[in-house]
Amino acid sequence: MTGTLKVEIWRGAEEGHFEAFEVPTQPSQTVLDLVTYVQRKLDPSLAYRFACRVGVCGSCAMMVNGTPRWTCRTHVNKVAAEGKVRIAPLRNLPVIKDLATDMAPFFDRMQEAKGRFVPSEAAAKDVAVVPPDDPKRKEAAAGIECIGCAVCHSACDVVAWRPDYLGPAALNRAWTLVNDVRDGDRQGHLAAVAVDAGCHACHSHQSCAEHCPVGLNPSRSIAGLKQLVLWAAVRGEL
Amino acid sequence: MRKHRSYRAFLVHRISGVALALFLPVHLVVLGLAVEAAALDRFLVWSAQPLVKAAEAGLVVLLAIHAFGGLRLLAIELLPWSDRQKDWIGWAAAAALAVGAGFILRSFA
Repeated sequence: MTGTLKVEIWRGAEEGHFEAFEVPTQPSQTVLDLVTYVQRKLDPSLAYRFACRVGVCGSCAMMVNGTPRWTCRTHVNKVAAEGKVRIAPLRNLPVIKDLATDMAPFFDRMQEAKGRFVPSEAAAKDVAVVPPDDPKRKEAAAGIECIGCAVCHSACDVVAWRPDYLGPAALNRAWTLVNDVRDGDRQGHLAAVAVDAGCHACHSHQSCAEHCPVGLNPSRSIAGLKQLVLWAAVRGEL
Repeated sequence: MRKHRSYRAFLVHRISGVALALFLPVHLVVLGLAVEAAALDRFLVWSAQPLVKAAEAGLVVLLAIHAFGGLRLLAIELLPWSDRQKDWIGWAAAAALAVGAGFILRSFA
């Protein structure tokens, strides 16, 4: 693969415009490679964020041709439509500059969903034995590998419609905690997600699961939370 | 970003719901005609025309789509998760069309 590719990159903050660059193509080139080339060779004032380059840290997510993606693991030849790639900052988050978004609202939702482990007394005293084939352990394991990239938050239309919605990542985190036998505040976690902007605000669009780069299914986690919240409410525990 | 089955199912559910909500006042007006037998009879004769019957079949499909789509959502939210839940979209659509086809067959039989 030789030649050049037209790369349009968002410049500015909330207000701004797309700026076009010509970038030489390379074999196995990723979208992050394109952005890095522009920043290093064409315009050093371009702001963007990355760290690990190998799909672990979750810091390089951007909108690529209108779809939220982890750019370090997205090959250009998979997404270049008609020899063109349009790169924008993640949707549903404030833009600081160019491709760098303010991730604070995303991580604030994690706090609001009470996405913190609260050790139970027994767990604090001794090493907990959690059999790998325990059904709750399996549920927790299915959601635990979130890299916090905010691709799901960006893909979700409910987040776009009501910014106070806790969102797929925070609810998925809460789901892993209510299935953690070492956690001592199950009721607290459920109460945090049983609010108006919590799990029941989800419309099951499932865009989160469609776009999650590591293949998690926040829709499934949210459906699980909806059931737990329902039965807790029926029993008068909420 | 929205080009996937679950999102399309949401759109169909929302649009059918809004359309049914718009139809509801018309339905209530017709029910109101029942207090005067002659007016209701006139309406029933009008509604027996083939074109009106065909439109009514459309309404039946809308109602069936919304009902089966709603059952699908309830199943997602209340039953243990199934990775085959996306196939339920197809089943719900097929069931709704079958109900509509049944209505047409009955109307013109």
